[in-house]
Amino acid sequence: MNITSLIRAAARLPVSGKIGLVLVIFWIVIAAIGPFIAPYPPGSFANQEVFAASSSQFWLGSDFLGRDVLSRLLSGARFTVGLSAVAVTIAASIGTGFALMAAVGPRWVDELLSRGMDTLISIPSKIFALVLVAAFGSSLVLLTVIIAITYVPGNFRIARSLAVGLARLDYVEVARARGEGRLHLALVEVLPNMIKPLFADIGLRFVFIVLLLSGLSFLGLGLQPPDADLGSLVRENTSGLAEGALAIIAPAVAIASLTVGVNLLIDAATQGKAR
Amino acid sequence: MSSASPASRWRGPVQLVAKRIGLAFITLALVSAVIFTISGLLPGDAAQEVLGQGATPEQITALRHEMGLDRPAPVRYFEWVRGIAIGDPGQSLVANMPVADIISERLPNTLVLAGLTTLFSVPIAFLVGIWSAVTRGRAADRALNIMTLAMVALPEFLVATIAVLVFSVKLLWLPSITIVPQDPTLGEFLRAYAMPVMVLGVGVIAQLGRMIRAAIIAELDRPYVEMAVLKGVSQRRLIFRHVLPNAVGPIINAMALSLSYLFGGAIIVETIFSYPGLASLMVNAVTSRDMPLLQACAMLFCATYLLLVLIADTVAILANPRLRQG
Repeated sequence: MNITSLIRAAARLPVSGKIGLVLVIFWIVIAAIGPFIAPYPPGSFANQEVFAASSSQFWLGSDFLGRDVLSRLLSGARFTVGLSAVAVTIAASIGTGFALMAAVGPRWVDELLSRGMDTLISIPSKIFALVLVAAFGSSLVLLTVIIAITYVPGNFRIARSLAVGLARLDYVEVARARGEGRLHLALVEVLPNMIKPLFADIGLRFVFIVLLLSGLSFLGLGLQPPDADLGSLVRENTSGLAEGALAIIAPAVAIASLTVGVNLLIDAATQGKAR
Repeated sequence: MSSASPASRWRGPVQLVAKRIGLAFITLALVSAVIFTISGLLPGDAAQEVLGQGATPEQITALRHEMGLDRPAPVRYFEWVRGIAIGDPGQSLVANMPVADIISERLPNTLVLAGLTTLFSVPIAFLVGIWSAVTRGRAADRALNIMTLAMVALPEFLVATIAVLVFSVKLLWLPSITIVPQDPTLGEFLRAYAMPVMVLGVGVIAQLGRMIRAAIIAELDRPYVEMAVLKGVSQRRLIFRHVLPNAVGPIINAMALSLSYLFGGAIIVETIFSYPGLASLMVNAVTSRDMPLLQACAMLFCATYLLLVLIADTVAILANPRLRQG
């Protein structure tokens, strides 16, 4: 797939999909360059006034300590988008790796993996994440791993059903009869044909992960100060709720625009394929 | 169609249901092992937590022995499982009282919240699902699709923040903290619960509505629907007498899934509104690393989830005539 065909595919999206695409690209760009365009260092007490309203100097006002909300949002977005992207990559790599093993491996491997994942999937993801955080704590690295592990079973379930379906097809049988090894079957024959539906699943899981991470940070169990993601920003400014401070509304709306954007994009992209 | 006697006609589904119940118990046992293992992996243990940083190694060893923590892990695991089975999951480390007492105080509150949210959101979800299914592909369906798609992706604390801003800060209609009144009048009761129920309901309505739409549309594409349409059946009758009974299986499944979503949502919502329920209790247990309390809460949530799935499976089996034949 080259760039022109990508642009053509984007142009074919319905309006909702285009809005989603714009939001997604916007947040990727912000995550990449956010800290460089921030008007103030995120930790500096730039404003005398706390919970100040929007002004030309402080576009999104100031927070509960008088820090610039825009600058904190720009650096928080990097944590939210970056950490979630890393976590979803880990989750999908493990989940899909196991799924491929289940599809081309011996039967007992499939049985073992499927039973194990069935067990983990019957622990609601937020509950599972809470137990893991309680046991291991939530440093940046641990938090990423915990969130990734939480979403491995879901990805495994989708990827396994795709992979097992493909592995039964004739062309894979032919490759097997040709004497290809299991690694070749998994990576060359099966994996390339499940990429598209897999990407839709990864996108949805990214949304879940952003929501879980923000939720944990909002509860004070996620990212720990001085680091702050968008959920932490909502948490630290809850005292501004009664006055309707921008400091609490802006990060909450930022999270929503990211997750809604991804959802709109995936919905539009997958519907186009079905038609 | 076999002309089996009523008794043998039910043997198939009863066996299926019994098998599901057995599977649910096995899963619950495995889940308990997972939760016990994870929460026991950390280096420091309960004795260390209770005595704090300044304790001498001798004190810790003594307390470990007293609390039974120096016994092998499998022994402790079976003790714990036995305790849970007889309703005594141990002693809370922080509150210094039986976990069972704390939970039995909080559990009713969460059940009330979950029950009210179900009553509020399930009918609306049906309305949304049916309406978008019958207007499939038209403007109403597309608008509902975008709306529910966005609602699924909204973080609960955004919905809660907006609700508080609108209803307590601007309009001064509702309290921003949920205090369960003693012997409330109906009005007080509804006022106290209106906001948490609304906030929790948003996610349930969106998710369940989408799944109901999908279930109905899957049925609408079947030949029998075309037959009924050609026969001149009215749309109302078509949906309620022909389609919905056939879609019971997937719809019940969707309900189980979205009700289990309630627990996750409740974690945020109970915390925001300072509601004394089980989910906010669990958050406190994580913050204070009160492992016995945390383990008990986690098991309760997992057991409820498995129970919901089991009920959904059972209803689906009993409602499906093909499965009923065995």
